[in-house]
Amino acid sequence: MQKIEDILNERILVLDGAMGTMLQRYKFEEEDFRGERFKDWPSDLKGNNDLLSLTQPKAIADVHRAYLDAGADIIETNTFSGTTIAMADYGMEALVYELNYESARIAKQVAQEYTEKDPSKPRFVAGSMGPTNKTASMSPDVNDPGYRAVSFDELRKAYKQQVEALLDGGADLLLVETIFDTLNAKAALFAIEEVKDERNIEVPVMVSGTITDASGRTLSGQTAEAFLISISHIPILSVGFNCALGAKQLVPHLEVISAKTEFATSAHPNAGLPNAFGEYDETPEQMAAQIKEYAEKGLVNIVGGCCGTTPEHIKQIAEVVKNYKPRLLSVNR
Amino acid sequence: MSAFNEKRTTHNQERVLRLSGLEPLVITPESNFINVGERTNVAGSKLFLRLIKEEKFDEALAIARNQVEGGAQIIDVNMDDGLIDGKEAMVKFLNLIVSEPDIARVPIMIDSSKWEIIEAGLQVVQGKCVVNSISLKEGEETFIHQAKLIKRYGAAVIVMAFDEVGQADNYERRIEIAKRSYDILVNKVKFAPEDIIFDLNIFPVATGMEEHRRNAIDFIEATRWVRKNLPYCSVSGGVSNVSFSFRGNNTVREAMHSAFLYHAIKAGMNMGIVNPTMLEVYDDIPKDLLEHVEDVLLDRREDATERLLEFAETVVGTAKESKVDLSWREEPLQDRITRALVKGIDQYIVEDVEEARLSVEQPLEVIEGHLMTGMNVVGDLFGSGKMFLPQVVKSARVMKKAVAHLTPYIEASKDKNTKAAGKILMATVKGDVHDIGKNIVSVVLACNNYEIVDLGVMVPPEKIINKAKEEQVDIIGLSGLITPSLDEMVFLAKEMERQNFNVPLLIGGATTSKAHTAVKIDPMYSHSVVHVNDASRAVTVVGDLLHKDSENYKKSIKLDYESFREKFLNRGKQKEYLSLEEARKNKLQIDWNPSDVKEPSQLGIQVLEDVDLNLLRDYIDWTPFFRSWDLHGKYPDILKDEVVGEHATDLFKDAQVMLQRIFDEKLLKAKAVFGLFPANQINGDDIEVVTKGEEAIFRTLRQQSKKREGVPNIALADFIAPKESGIEDYIGCFCVSTGFGAQELAETFEKEHDDYNSIMVKALADRLAEAFAEYLHKEVRTNYWGYTDDEQLDNTALIAEQYQGIRPAPGYPACPDHLEKLTIWELLDVEKNIGVTLTESLAMWPAASVSGYYFAHPQAKYFGLGKITQDQVADFANRKQITLEKAQKWLAPNIADDH
Repeated sequence: MQKIEDILNERILVLDGAMGTMLQRYKFEEEDFRGERFKDWPSDLKGNNDLLSLTQPKAIADVHRAYLDAGADIIETNTFSGTTIAMADYGMEALVYELNYESARIAKQVAQEYTEKDPSKPRFVAGSMGPTNKTASMSPDVNDPGYRAVSFDELRKAYKQQVEALLDGGADLLLVETIFDTLNAKAALFAIEEVKDERNIEVPVMVSGTITDASGRTLSGQTAEAFLISISHIPILSVGFNCALGAKQLVPHLEVISAKTEFATSAHPNAGLPNAFGEYDETPEQMAAQIKEYAEKGLVNIVGGCCGTTPEHIKQIAEVVKNYKPRLLSVNR
Repeated sequence: MSAFNEKRTTHNQERVLRLSGLEPLVITPESNFINVGERTNVAGSKLFLRLIKEEKFDEALAIARNQVEGGAQIIDVNMDDGLIDGKEAMVKFLNLIVSEPDIARVPIMIDSSKWEIIEAGLQVVQGKCVVNSISLKEGEETFIHQAKLIKRYGAAVIVMAFDEVGQADNYERRIEIAKRSYDILVNKVKFAPEDIIFDLNIFPVATGMEEHRRNAIDFIEATRWVRKNLPYCSVSGGVSNVSFSFRGNNTVREAMHSAFLYHAIKAGMNMGIVNPTMLEVYDDIPKDLLEHVEDVLLDRREDATERLLEFAETVVGTAKESKVDLSWREEPLQDRITRALVKGIDQYIVEDVEEARLSVEQPLEVIEGHLMTGMNVVGDLFGSGKMFLPQVVKSARVMKKAVAHLTPYIEASKDKNTKAAGKILMATVKGDVHDIGKNIVSVVLACNNYEIVDLGVMVPPEKIINKAKEEQVDIIGLSGLITPSLDEMVFLAKEMERQNFNVPLLIGGATTSKAHTAVKIDPMYSHSVVHVNDASRAVTVVGDLLHKDSENYKKSIKLDYESFREKFLNRGKQKEYLSLEEARKNKLQIDWNPSDVKEPSQLGIQVLEDVDLNLLRDYIDWTPFFRSWDLHGKYPDILKDEVVGEHATDLFKDAQVMLQRIFDEKLLKAKAVFGLFPANQINGDDIEVVTKGEEAIFRTLRQQSKKREGVPNIALADFIAPKESGIEDYIGCFCVSTGFGAQELAETFEKEHDDYNSIMVKALADRLAEAFAEYLHKEVRTNYWGYTDDEQLDNTALIAEQYQGIRPAPGYPACPDHLEKLTIWELLDVEKNIGVTLTESLAMWPAASVSGYYFAHPQAKYFGLGKITQDQVADFANRKQITLEKAQKWLAPNIADDH
């Protein structure tokens, strides 16, 4: 299989779209989330999307297939909340390894099917590593700004377990995404480096932050460039932004990192900004038109979608970007 | 390392030192000397040490802030002292710094001789720091181990010129250790060379010891060698050491620092620890002093030290003032409080709040007045992206401190017997960690004598329900910032309904909206649900809800949300439409009664030439005037607006001057033509007008979106009695203009490149045209048609349309079809009568003109047509006898997408 680093020089790669949005269409109820195995689990499980890799694996595989059909080169594992920290809400810390392993396995299996069908377009599996629900550099208690709900070491250990399971399950890359607190991401990157070191392997890593408000900063207050500087200490495949804002609002921030990094750049925005009901209503055509601007300006190497995007969005995006050259990377490959 | 990452790319980022706090710090060869703040160092500052020992972290933070305000681009933090737990103090202080955006914007230098303290520091800072320092002192193994970890944590590193043998104290040892360290770091650890900073040991000169004579010059020359031979690295050092022998003589020390830096920087020293208050400007050093100092630094004379010592005796030391800008402390009280809140400075807030407290009768007034004024500024800045979240958190903290100071006074001023005005449960819903808004609301409510039960963040619904029961709260307040929180709120409202709650539910937080509250939450709960998005409103809302006569308020809230919901759903895009036939069946049914119809006092067409503009002054609606200048807010409140008030006031003054000039010099002409005619509704949606034996027909359009039971699909024709009713009804139409002369006047300004006044003229002409329409409508109602004669309305009431009858204009929501203007023009002979013409696209010329219809029936009201479907477009084309294409073109914005 061709290496992703090489393909990045040839064309803009397409990442898949939202898993959650697609799963919502199944209208799974509490009992569907539980399945047979967790029917007596003590806490509510509805909403624990990562668990569906164990209880509704066919649905997960089908969503992956839908995105691969739409033209995605990279699919993300269903593991956004797959850490002991995020799973503590459901008391499922002990299942974290299995959740990640199975999710990676399902994705890899489907990706392989497609690669075999058309070896000229190899498909990759990116192990999705979300930010967890705790912040390492901000206090949840306004009266005690020195307090932290989670430590670097707790995050590092949790991420390490996730990384190991994702790689064991067959993930080709790792994607540290939706970074609202750079310190969380640094713990994830630290864990990845540890695993690489211990196993003596190389794994391409994608890093994707999220700019959350009108000030153009991450939730933890960093500007796009400060964020970039803070995560550029280890060799990564790409850096970019996802979630929070729509494709249009991301442009100035992509311009910043695109101009200031040697790594590849990525963007997987939401389908527009959420409306008053938390729904995303940018159509595939509208979103693809915005992504076209990225491509025209030569800002990106990898594009995809986050909240609210569907295979139709990805299909339109893939159609658009195939006509453009990727952002120029290496001259002496 | 993969080949990919080793490659340089076309972006070819130079290998330069990049650091970050909340903001980037990129140190290029062109950068000026980078100044590292050193006052937050327990080894270097007795004051800082004492504050840390006494755990006075607020004051310790103030020192850090002063450093940054004073120009430090990096701040060095050191907690190495035998009497404090260095690791704990480092973590605590860095955690606090990270919460202070004014400080955290710069990168941090984590300074310790103990590795465990350095590592603990690296684990709490998100930005790219500098570690100060590591060295080969304990051998290669430790050095490599630490360097690997520093790389993995993502920091740059200061390497001391120190090895197993000892500290480098001459030129050769400095370059030997530097080279060895560099090679190990770059080749073995794969440390990025640009992330290496050498500290080549600045030692004192003029100590009297022979071996110290070359201390400065060796440092300078070693720096030159390192910068030349070890690519991409930086050189740093603590400058004050060099002048150690002249303690007590600041004049000499300051000169020495400057001269040393001058030469060291030229040699390549690009960063360092310098106390800016201990620095003379190189060119300002007296020539004789400079010569003596440089003789010593550069080891230029055998007797340099003796000569400088002698000379030093003659120099009188002058202490320099600290340079923190405190001029804002001289400003008026409110400005100081606002600044403290905006900047998040809590140092002076207690004294300012105390001053405010003494100036008012009730301590509560300080919160509702001074503090809320400041917080509103914070809210506006945040909303417009000029502040970001961490800064707002800081503001909240200052607010909290201020309130804490006031609380005892508020308690004391309360009647001893009064109990809390009510108990309010506050919670950020499950899955959401954001609580700033919630906390601010809690604080403000607590200050207003409500007891707050704060359940914190990520509160599951069952806990909210149970706690609410247990505590018997009077109100439940929910907050959330992320979109999934919206569903949690809906769920909770359902639960409250199911469990027969009756207490009001307050909804707040950044993603919440009145729309969501009205459409999704309110219908789930049969008791009050109120969306409250700012703290200042929370007090009034809660007050109204808990008032003993709150029933009316609750009812009005419920109705308000219902009508809001109705409106909102009506403009939603997933709409259902009726066929034109069905819509006509659901027309507005007016019970026609001859007594509701008044024959106009003057039928037929009238022309008003040259109306006195002065009459129109009182009819001007100023709010749209400001909007046309992109200033948003209601007149007259906008003049006092915190953000745009000043601007708005200036603009308003200029407008008054121009207006007066227009009036005095009669620069614009006001003309009008209008007609009142017998009319009847025919064929469902048409209005037949009879004039001078001729007939004209107005074609109106009918709403087609599917309405709630009992709500009609309206067309303007519904407001006119149908022919078959046998009642003779009437309609009017008009065109007014105040635009004659506007273009010429604007052009005279444009010629003088005075765009401001050119725009001003046009904006005022537009407002006068609207005022004229308003004025004429009143004249028609009370005089020419005369269907009301008892109107006593002021301008506000006029703007709010609190009168009988309407004057809808073609091209506006009730009748978006511009084509009808042609009918009006024909009927009134507008062009001939007053000279207003229609352009190809049916815009009026001059632009400052208004035209429309008059409907007089008491049930006539403004409405929006909304979207219509193709059947009506075809019907309309047929009625008007135009092609379908033409109809589609003109009605396009109102035609619903196909389903």
